[in-house]
Amino acid sequence: MSSSGVRRKGDTKVAAAMLLPSFVILAGFVIYPLARAIWLGQQRCDVQGDNCRSNGWDQYIDVFRSEEFQTALWTTVKFALITVPFGLALGVGLAVLADRYVKGIGIFRTIFSSTVATSVAVASLMWLFLLQPSIGVLANVGWIGDLFGVVKDPGLLQDPGTALTSVAVSSIWANLGFTFIVVTAGLQGIPKDLYESAFVDGAGGWMRFTNVTLPMLAPTLLFTTVVLTTRAFQAYGEVDLLTQGGPKPQNSTTTLTYLIYGQESIIRNNEGLQAAAAVLLFVVLLLLSALQFRGFGKRVNYGS
Amino acid sequence: MAGVRLIDITKRFGDVAAVDGVSLDIESHEFMVLLGPSGCGKSTLLRMIAGLEVPTEGEVWIDDRNVTETPPKDRDVAMVFQSYALYPHKTVQANIEFPLKVRGVDKDARANAAKDAAAMLGLSEYLGRKPGALSGGQRQRVALARAIVRQPAVFCMDEPLSNLDAKLRGETRAELIGLHQRLNSTFVYVTHDQVEAMTMGTRIAVMSRGVLQQVGTPQEVYEQPGTTFVATFLGTPPMNIFPAGSIEPGGHLVGVRPEHLTVAADGRLTVRVGLVEHLGHEVLLSCTMNEDTKVVVRLATDSEVPTVGSEIRLDAWAHRRHHFDPLTGRRIGP
Repeated sequence: MSSSGVRRKGDTKVAAAMLLPSFVILAGFVIYPLARAIWLGQQRCDVQGDNCRSNGWDQYIDVFRSEEFQTALWTTVKFALITVPFGLALGVGLAVLADRYVKGIGIFRTIFSSTVATSVAVASLMWLFLLQPSIGVLANVGWIGDLFGVVKDPGLLQDPGTALTSVAVSSIWANLGFTFIVVTAGLQGIPKDLYESAFVDGAGGWMRFTNVTLPMLAPTLLFTTVVLTTRAFQAYGEVDLLTQGGPKPQNSTTTLTYLIYGQESIIRNNEGLQAAAAVLLFVVLLLLSALQFRGFGKRVNYGS
Repeated sequence: MAGVRLIDITKRFGDVAAVDGVSLDIESHEFMVLLGPSGCGKSTLLRMIAGLEVPTEGEVWIDDRNVTETPPKDRDVAMVFQSYALYPHKTVQANIEFPLKVRGVDKDARANAAKDAAAMLGLSEYLGRKPGALSGGQRQRVALARAIVRQPAVFCMDEPLSNLDAKLRGETRAELIGLHQRLNSTFVYVTHDQVEAMTMGTRIAVMSRGVLQQVGTPQEVYEQPGTTFVATFLGTPPMNIFPAGSIEPGGHLVGVRPEHLTVAADGRLTVRVGLVEHLGHEVLLSCTMNEDTKVVVRLATDSEVPTVGSEIRLDAWAHRRHHFDPLTGRRIGP
């Protein structure tokens, strides 16, 4: 549009030409796959994934109501309820500890943020070796094995009661680097004067943390919470590598993404049901993010 | 109420001495201004009084207590920061109450104290707002209210007016003077603005490169500058410093303020006029003497103004000459 506010002939064409490249990319990689997934969600296919035919849009409701989906959703929620708060608390704790000027702090910062450069596959393998019930490191620390028999028999990843928590721990560890880096950046954005002012006014460490650090970090914490929640809902690699959705028959680590993609998933041979579950996960995540922004959004914006 | 005594204070950051052997007695109820250009160590000195820095050498006394190593909360000081350092997530009331909350004062008492402090600074109608919804001047007053609410013995202020526009700065200056008189406590005020220093301070401590140059009332430092630094730092335009032998016989430097130079046909100094500035209430002549020495002359508007490029002769008032040692820059004689 021209500066006078009048649309000139030819402007529309120029605008369309400029928008075309990003539209093509968006259409090819987002809009088409999404539309296809939504369409697939009402199809029923044979075991090879061929010969699909429409099964009606009711399939979405059927999938949502199914015990498998409900169980996986609840497992995912539990997974998020463990990984998000503990991951956040741990990340904030480490970032606050490392946010001071002492010699060698760079070493600690590097260590704390290193998991960001570790792929899920590597992290999961590492935890697999740590938790392995017969030759694993944890099982061979005498007092741990004596105190918690489950470590050796059947193993933390093999026991239905501890499997999800163990996967969550590995996930927290893998995400710690991200949380640490983001929170560290947030901490460095807090004006030093605020701490000094609180210090002169007599506030001790805990008061400075609750009255300056936490509220000033709120926008960072909101962002991190949303990202960690989304990651928890999308966690796949750690489940696949550590437990394959098991232990069976409880399937206590079959999260929604594992239900959708997993090799051991009950719907692994049905593209239509997988697509339906995937679209439902998308809707759940959308609602969740909207809720988080509505809930915290107003409370974390302080103006200038 | 308490005075502040600084005994031979040195503060080093690595190899750099930010403050170098400063001794200063600030009396109870005094409005002491620490004045100097940026980087002269005045803020560091203030931070050592507040307890935000610990001196490398020397002692800080408040009242009759050695507080050199004492944390700020046990010093009975309050500090106003250049940035105001208000908590953006707290309301004005919660900001003002904060020092009392930290000290465990109960809710009603601290609400009342905050309201009194706010009333004193004309903030009563803004108590429910957050700092983001206030103007610069209002924020500055919230910072002051937060400082006065717990009635500390010593107020430390680090360039609190420097973020205000010129008009507001003038008004707030007057308010601060009034506040000092009402509170009747000790103010230590850091600024690089000589007008603030001259108008507000009961005494001024002029610093340069970490060293205390002179301490005195505004009149003393202006009329009897102790060093060439003080002579040229205070006053706009600054005092002219003439080389030894140019204006009168002898081996000392001679300082003359622009208003104490007169154009005279038989004057001892010959200068060339480079620039004439008509400022309404006065005329400033920027001249050069012997190509390299700059001389500024202040004339009344009704006097005869020489033209640019002309050569004029100047004389200096005999009883308004300041003599300085050419090596140390220190004042010689009265």
